[in-house]
Amino acid sequence: MKKFTQLKGTAAAIDKINIDTDQIIPKQYLTAITKAGLGKGLFHDFRYDMNDDELPDFVLNQDPWKNAKILVSGENFGCGSSREHAPWSLNDFGIRCVIAPSFADIFFNNCSKNGILLIALSEKDVNVLMNDAKHPATCSMIVDLLDQTVTRSNSSTIQFTIDASLKYRLLNGLDDIELTLLQSDHIKVFEEKQKLSHPWLYYGESN
Amino acid sequence: MDDVYKSTPKTLFDKIWDSHVVLENDDGTSLIYIDMHLTHEVTSWTGFEYLRDTGKLVRRTDKTLAVPDHSIPTINQAEGINDPIAREQVEALIKNTEDFKIPYIPLLDIRQGIVHVIGPEQGVTQPGSTLVCGDSHTATHGAFGCLAFGIGSSEVGHVLATQTLIQRRPKNMKIEIHGKAGAGITGKDIILSVIGQIGTAGGTGHVIEYVGQSINDLSMEGRMTLCNMTIEGGARAGLIAPDEKTFEYLKNKNYAPNSDHWEKAKDFWKSLRTDEGAKYDKIVSLDAKNLAPQVTWGTSPENVAPVTGHVPDPNQIENNQERNSVSEALEYMDLKPGHPINEIGISRVFIGSCTNSRIEDIRAAAEVAQGQKIANGVSAMVVPGSGLVKKQAEKEGLDKILKEAGFEWREPGCSMCIAMNDDRLAPGERCASTSNRNFKGRQGRGGRTHLVSPAMAAAAAIKGHFVDIRDFMA
Repeated sequence: MKKFTQLKGTAAAIDKINIDTDQIIPKQYLTAITKAGLGKGLFHDFRYDMNDDELPDFVLNQDPWKNAKILVSGENFGCGSSREHAPWSLNDFGIRCVIAPSFADIFFNNCSKNGILLIALSEKDVNVLMNDAKHPATCSMIVDLLDQTVTRSNSSTIQFTIDASLKYRLLNGLDDIELTLLQSDHIKVFEEKQKLSHPWLYYGESN
Repeated sequence: MDDVYKSTPKTLFDKIWDSHVVLENDDGTSLIYIDMHLTHEVTSWTGFEYLRDTGKLVRRTDKTLAVPDHSIPTINQAEGINDPIAREQVEALIKNTEDFKIPYIPLLDIRQGIVHVIGPEQGVTQPGSTLVCGDSHTATHGAFGCLAFGIGSSEVGHVLATQTLIQRRPKNMKIEIHGKAGAGITGKDIILSVIGQIGTAGGTGHVIEYVGQSINDLSMEGRMTLCNMTIEGGARAGLIAPDEKTFEYLKNKNYAPNSDHWEKAKDFWKSLRTDEGAKYDKIVSLDAKNLAPQVTWGTSPENVAPVTGHVPDPNQIENNQERNSVSEALEYMDLKPGHPINEIGISRVFIGSCTNSRIEDIRAAAEVAQGQKIANGVSAMVVPGSGLVKKQAEKEGLDKILKEAGFEWREPGCSMCIAMNDDRLAPGERCASTSNRNFKGRQGRGGRTHLVSPAMAAAAAIKGHFVDIRDFMA
C-alpha cells in the first residue's frame, strides 16, 4: 500500500450528502479486470453528458480542480455498494484524501487499504473547508497525517482525530495480509478448537 | 468456545463475535475468524492476483465457494456471454477457482444463482457462524442468525489468504417491530419503513438485531429480504435469532450439518438468543400494525412513503443540505411535491435481485398476475434468483402464469439490480423494482427506480401505475 504522510494540493467541494459508490464509479466500470483507467470513470454521471463529453459545470472539469487531490463533501460519503473500484478510481484520478462529516463503513475500510485518508470532522469544520474549497484563492490545503492537521490557505489549522492503528498503517504503507500471516499459529489453534466444538463447520472434513 | 457464553448477559451479536475472536490486538481491533467466504466474478480477481503475485495459497478452500452472478446475461445463458469484457471476467473467475482449487458453481449449473440466494440454498449460511462476501448485500445471511457482512476486494484477498479479517467491534443496535403486520405487508415494506425512519446512515458502525412479532411471523425468505437491506440503513450486518423455521429451512441442505451432527448443531443454534439484560447501544421501535405498502419516491432508499401517501415538499425541510438533496431527487425522478404515490405511472417492472427473487417472491408476483395482463406500454421481467428457484417456480407453473400475463421469464442473475449486463433502463424510463437501491443511474443512466415488494411491482405492471396491493387483492 502507498504511504500517506503529507498531502498538499487543491481541494474540490462536492456539496452533497449521501454520495453513494454508484455515483463515485458506475456499473460499466466494474466488468473489467484491471484498475487502470478507473480515474476516467470517477463521478462519471456528474462529469460527462450522454455523449461522454465533459460537463463544464462540474467542479472536477474546471481549473484548478481538474487536478484536485482532496475532496470535501457531505455526510454519509461512500454509502451503498462495497465496490473497491470507488477508492481505486479516486486514487487513479489523484485524490488521496476525502473530508466529510461521516463515511459509510465498508467504504471507510476500503480506503484504508488503499492509502486514502478519510477525515471525519464536525459539520462546522467541514463547512469552513467546503467554503475554502469552492474558491480558487483558498482551495489549496495541506493535510498532515503525522500532526493530524488540515492547514488552510490562511495558515490556520483544523485538528482531526484518527484511529491510532490506522494512522500507523497509513504512515508506513503496511500490508494487513502480511501482518496477519505472522499470526498463522493462532489461527491454527482457533481452528483446532472450533473443529472440536463445532465440527459441522468443517464441511470438507467432517460431513 | 462455549464458555464465553456464560458470563455477563450478551446480545446475539456479542455471542457470535466473541466466539470468533482469534486475537485481540492492543489497538482495539480484533482478528476475527471467517467460517464461510462466498466469492463472485466482480470483486475477487484482485485477491487472486495478490495470491499469485506473492506466491500464496488460499488458506481454506473448503470454506470458500464461488459463483458468477453479477455480469452474466439472464437470457440465452447456454449460448455463453456475448460481452467480451464480462466474459473475460467470468473466465478469470473460472481460472482462479481452478488454479486455487476452490469449489465453483458454473453458469449453467442448476445451483447457480445470485450469491446471496445460493448461500442459504446450499446450506453454507448457518446460525452462529461468520460469513463474508465482496458484496454489500451479504447482510442477507443474517436472517439465519449468521454474522454476515460485505467486504471490499482487499479484504477478500485477506480472507482468501488467512481465513480471517481485522475488524473493530461494531456496536449493538436493536430494532423492535411490534404488532402484527396486516395482509399484503412484506419484509420489504418493513425494511423500507425502517430505513425511512433511521435514515441511510442510521445504522453506521452497528450490527442490527431485529426482534418482535412481525419478525417471528416472517418466512425465511421474508427475513432474508429484511436483513438484505440492512446495509441500506448503514449497518453492515443485520441479525435475526434462529428458530424452528430456520432449522427447517436448513435441514438436508448440501452444506448443512449431516445426521451425525444435526442434533448437536441444533442444540447450539437454540442457544443463539440475546440474553435477558443484555445491553444495546441504540434501540429503535416500530409498530407494524398500521404499516402500509411502501414505495420509494427519490434517489436514496430513505426517500420512502406509504402507497397511500404523497411525494413530499422539499420546502418543508429545514436543513439546507437535506432540502437540496430532496429537491435534486425530485428533479431527477421528475416528480412534483404533493403528487399521490398511487398515481405515479411506470413503464418498466423488474422482479428479481438478492432482495426479492426467491420462491416466495415469485409466488407473490404470480398470485397477482394470475389471469391478468400487463398494461399497454409496460415491459416487465421476472428474474429468478437461482436455478433452483427457477426450477421450483416452473414445477409450480408460476412461469406460465407470469408469461401469460405478459411478463418475461428470465434466467438467474443479478440482472437489472446492478445493470452490469444488457438488463437496464433507458434514460427517463420509470421502473417499479423489487431490488434494493434507487440511486441515480443504478439501473441505467437517467433511469428512475421505485423500490417496492414483488406483489406491489406485479400489480404496478398490470395497472401501469402504483396501486395499493391491499385494494388490488381485495
